[in-house]
Amino acid sequence: MSALLGDFFVRAILAGLMVAVAAAPLGCFVVWRRMAYFGDATAHAAILGVALALGFSISIFAGVLGVALLMALTVSTLAGRGWAMDTTLGVLAHSGLAFGLVAVSFLPGVRVDLSAFLFGDILAVSRADLAVIASGSALVLALLGWRWRALLTATLSEDLAHASGIDPGRERLVLTLALAVVVAVALKVVGALLIAAMLIIPAAAARNFARGPEAMAAIAALIGAGAVFAGLQLSLQQDTPAGPSIVAVAAVAFALSVGFGAIWQKLRKDKFLPE
Amino acid sequence: MSLIAASGVSVGFGGPPVLRDVDFRIDPGEIVTIVGPNGSGKSVLLRVLLGIVQPRRGRVMRKAGLRIGYVPQRLHIDAALPMSVARFLSLPRRQTAHRIAEVLTRVGVPGSEAKQMTVLSGGQFQRVLLARALLADPEILVLDEPTQGLDQPGVAAFYRLIEDVRAELGCAVLSVSHDLHVVMSASDRVICLNGHVCCEGTPKVVSNAPEYRALFGYGTGGALALYRHDHDHSHDHDHPHGQEAGR
Repeated sequence: MSALLGDFFVRAILAGLMVAVAAAPLGCFVVWRRMAYFGDATAHAAILGVALALGFSISIFAGVLGVALLMALTVSTLAGRGWAMDTTLGVLAHSGLAFGLVAVSFLPGVRVDLSAFLFGDILAVSRADLAVIASGSALVLALLGWRWRALLTATLSEDLAHASGIDPGRERLVLTLALAVVVAVALKVVGALLIAAMLIIPAAAARNFARGPEAMAAIAALIGAGAVFAGLQLSLQQDTPAGPSIVAVAAVAFALSVGFGAIWQKLRKDKFLPE
Repeated sequence: MSLIAASGVSVGFGGPPVLRDVDFRIDPGEIVTIVGPNGSGKSVLLRVLLGIVQPRRGRVMRKAGLRIGYVPQRLHIDAALPMSVARFLSLPRRQTAHRIAEVLTRVGVPGSEAKQMTVLSGGQFQRVLLARALLADPEILVLDEPTQGLDQPGVAAFYRLIEDVRAELGCAVLSVSHDLHVVMSASDRVICLNGHVCCEGTPKVVSNAPEYRALFGYGTGGALALYRHDHDHSHDHDHPHGQEAGR
């Protein structure tokens, strides 16, 4: 019995760690490019993907990936055409969620546990899920690693990127694709409503310590991984929902980072720490 | 062969055209300055020449594999993005520490590798942007109002630096200025733009003109020049030519 328990818990921790590590560098770009709401819209559309996947009896991963990709592409196209993004994203994010919830209710003969999709079901991660999460996370890391310098340049300035022979539109597409994949793999772990939190909170916390973009991504990964670990322990001991527990721990880490970051800066200013 | 050539370029963003029927070329080693008032379309022309904006009509040709060193008008680095000077200079291509130290010394901000970009002063920031452009080993330096926000000695020093650098590298320099009175004295050609090319020619260094001295003093070492701007030509366009009265 205890071996079984250990097994599902180990799977949960592995799934969480992989998502945290993949979400960290992407989350940094989301923060740097001020795409927070963009992440939200894409994640919320995942519910529509779940409904379509169940309706057409295809894999949930494929359904969510497809719809998330479609949503991300729509948003980035509209952004390119100069739509007011604040409003557009507000409309798209919530309609994605609403249509998804309505569509799920139409599914004949299926009783869907919606909360599993809204808030994640990390303790029910199967071996097959784990394989999907592992390949998705690896894909995202490989994609971002491959394009890292070009992505950073395009994030600094699209004009600068152009002059260096980098197409900022293509880099935006890389991020869009990575975002859709992260949404698809993170759905099982933290759920549609909290995916954006896993992207943004560790990155925002890391900002208070990092002196360079790579360091910020690495620190975000550590904070995210720590939140997964502590959140799952909390969930196990106090019987709290796993996904929200992870995000709550990450949020506490962020709050602490603001305080420690200020002390850190002060020490550096007073030359107690190297530049 | 020209590094960049454009013919019959027109640009509009849904409204009236910003640029009408503009011809342009810049040859290797040439210094060309585009001047024009705000809203004259000079930044748009620069963006068309760099390939960022597609013209509605006309053709732009760039030499294949042209190495461009671009110094943008301004660059806002989001406070959320931590970025040291050395890291910034290694974008998009990795540079050796030695080369970075060398180029920072060259542009007059030695030893600033570890500083965060966000703590630099306006003048230092522009010099770091220039350093980054130089690391591309450019055949052409493109400067979009590079001295915006600098005070007068800062402007003079920056232009002197550009002239020194270009004398060393022999690259072409294409720059844009909104100030009809401030152009590089070494310019081979000055193009006055106001939606279309108003006029074009060599700048005259009016070092003896009292108006010039009253405006810029003696201390600028010839880096600032007055482009004598004669608008008593007539051609069919409908905008006022009052801008040269400025400053």
